[in-house]
Amino acid sequence: MSRRALRTFYNLLALSLSGLATAIGLFFLAAILWTLIKNGIGGMSLRVFTEMTPPPGSAGGLLNAIYGSVVMTLIGILIGGPVGMLAGTYLAEYGRTSRLATVIRFVNDVLLSAPSIIIGLFVYELLVIRMGHFSAIAGAVALAIIAIPVTVRTTEDMLYLVPQGLKDASTAMGAYPWRTITSVIYPAARSGIVTGLLLAIARISGETAPLLFTALNNQFWSSNLGAPMANLPVVIFQFALSPYPNWQQLAWSGALLITLSILVLSVAARVVVSSLAQGGKR
Amino acid sequence: MNSVPAINPAQAAGQRLRERIFRGSTLAAALLVLLLLGGVAVSLAVGSWPAFAHFKFAFLTREIWNPVTDEYGALAPVFGTLVTSFLALLLAIPVSLGIAIFLTELAPAWLKRPVGTAIELLAAVPSIIFGIWGLFVLAPILQRHVQPWLIDVLGPVPFIGKLFQGPPFGIGVLTASFVLAIMVIPFISAVMRDVFETVPDVLKESGYGLGATTWEVIWQVVVPYSRTGMIGGIMLGLGRALGETMAVTFVIGNAHRINSSLLAPGTTISASIANEFTEAVGDMYTSSLIALGALLFLITFTVIAAARLMLMRLDRRALSSV
Repeated sequence: MSRRALRTFYNLLALSLSGLATAIGLFFLAAILWTLIKNGIGGMSLRVFTEMTPPPGSAGGLLNAIYGSVVMTLIGILIGGPVGMLAGTYLAEYGRTSRLATVIRFVNDVLLSAPSIIIGLFVYELLVIRMGHFSAIAGAVALAIIAIPVTVRTTEDMLYLVPQGLKDASTAMGAYPWRTITSVIYPAARSGIVTGLLLAIARISGETAPLLFTALNNQFWSSNLGAPMANLPVVIFQFALSPYPNWQQLAWSGALLITLSILVLSVAARVVVSSLAQGGKR
Repeated sequence: MNSVPAINPAQAAGQRLRERIFRGSTLAAALLVLLLLGGVAVSLAVGSWPAFAHFKFAFLTREIWNPVTDEYGALAPVFGTLVTSFLALLLAIPVSLGIAIFLTELAPAWLKRPVGTAIELLAAVPSIIFGIWGLFVLAPILQRHVQPWLIDVLGPVPFIGKLFQGPPFGIGVLTASFVLAIMVIPFISAVMRDVFETVPDVLKESGYGLGATTWEVIWQVVVPYSRTGMIGGIMLGLGRALGETMAVTFVIGNAHRINSSLLAPGTTISASIANEFTEAVGDMYTSSLIALGALLFLITFTVIAAARLMLMRLDRRALSSV
């Protein structure tokens, strides 16, 4: 084969392999979704949303687990969201390139990728041991700690997207930075910040590891934040590994439910971001 | 007639006070981020102290894990963590590189967005979902079709054969690595794609101008230019793989043993903690598990910190997807 033909051949081979790699990636996403739909859809009924987690062998639903997940995720984002937004505001508007801001940015990036089970251990030491028992509030705090770095990052990025001219105009009117930030920058960056919060919710609502030894689980309905609370991820974990068919069925339904909600949230967040980025370019 | 209203001193003071309060609260929130990392480190150090004080250095070198005699060593989980992560990277790096190349150099514009988003969505799937999928779908397939083949074909080969001995359990170190690989592919490929996109067009055009093929431009211009960022991305993926908990817990088999065969069940640090922590009775048991957590923290912190330092020079905006 001539040298030229060989080069063309290598080119074709490499490019086909990269196409194949992409197909492999897409295949696994499709395979996982297909498995969830196939196994989960059969158990989807009104019951899932209206009844408590059952004992082995009898019918039931996931109401207490869904409720627990929603409550803990909401408390988590209510604590983590504002803290993350304020910290992101500090990085983007006050600290900027100062040494402190650089260090905080770096530490935040490390926290962003830190194993979530470590956060669970931390909250166990911090709250569970002191309170003497597992509790929903400990689970919510663990989720908040995971939500903070996500929100810091997105808030900072979104504040950078606000045109400098807008900030300058406000400053020229004699406004203090706090006024500029709260009355000009936040409204301008609002949908971006909301997107960040959505992504944070998507991230924490599927977390299992940090809830294992903070919120634990609860087979019954509980709205007491000081007591263990059922939640979807841990129920899926427990039910999927159980030998009981009705528990396994509920685990699949829960898995389908949680994955679909997270994917919808993620897609929605991306749509907002891309429309923002296009608006920024114009 | 227009006149500039005089500045009201009281109002100006009020503004200054609010500025101080607002600035102070953003600073406090930012410092809380530092405090969190510090708090994690301190609480792990405190919690693991009894185990380290009791077992001393032997905690790191012993394989024993016996709640009955209250003797614990971290070797098996640490070994399992490193092996599964290493294998996962081995599988994930070529695929991630391929995806990044496809997305930056090959895909037509209309395909880039949907394919890129789909790969990113793979990263959004909760790890527990990978766990049940791995246990109920992947493990049986590997057990029936892949592992017997590995045992028959690679088993008799000298050296490499040691890695493929024993019955096909389905679950085990290899399966865990496989699931981990799927989980880190979106992270590594997202970073690689973002890094590739920072390569100046002029460089690539020079390559094409000299008559290089697309592949030659990628391999001899794009890849060398992005080397630091690529390694950063790989290490970020490694950080993920090292700390991944639920998916591994489902498929690794949870055996505190070091086995030369990749088909045998094993355990990782995070899987041990997830499995045993709530059932651990006795202070030494709990403390040993927290000591495992401290080791995991040290390992991942080093890896992630190195990755972030490598990625720091890149435009942060370009890397917003991770």
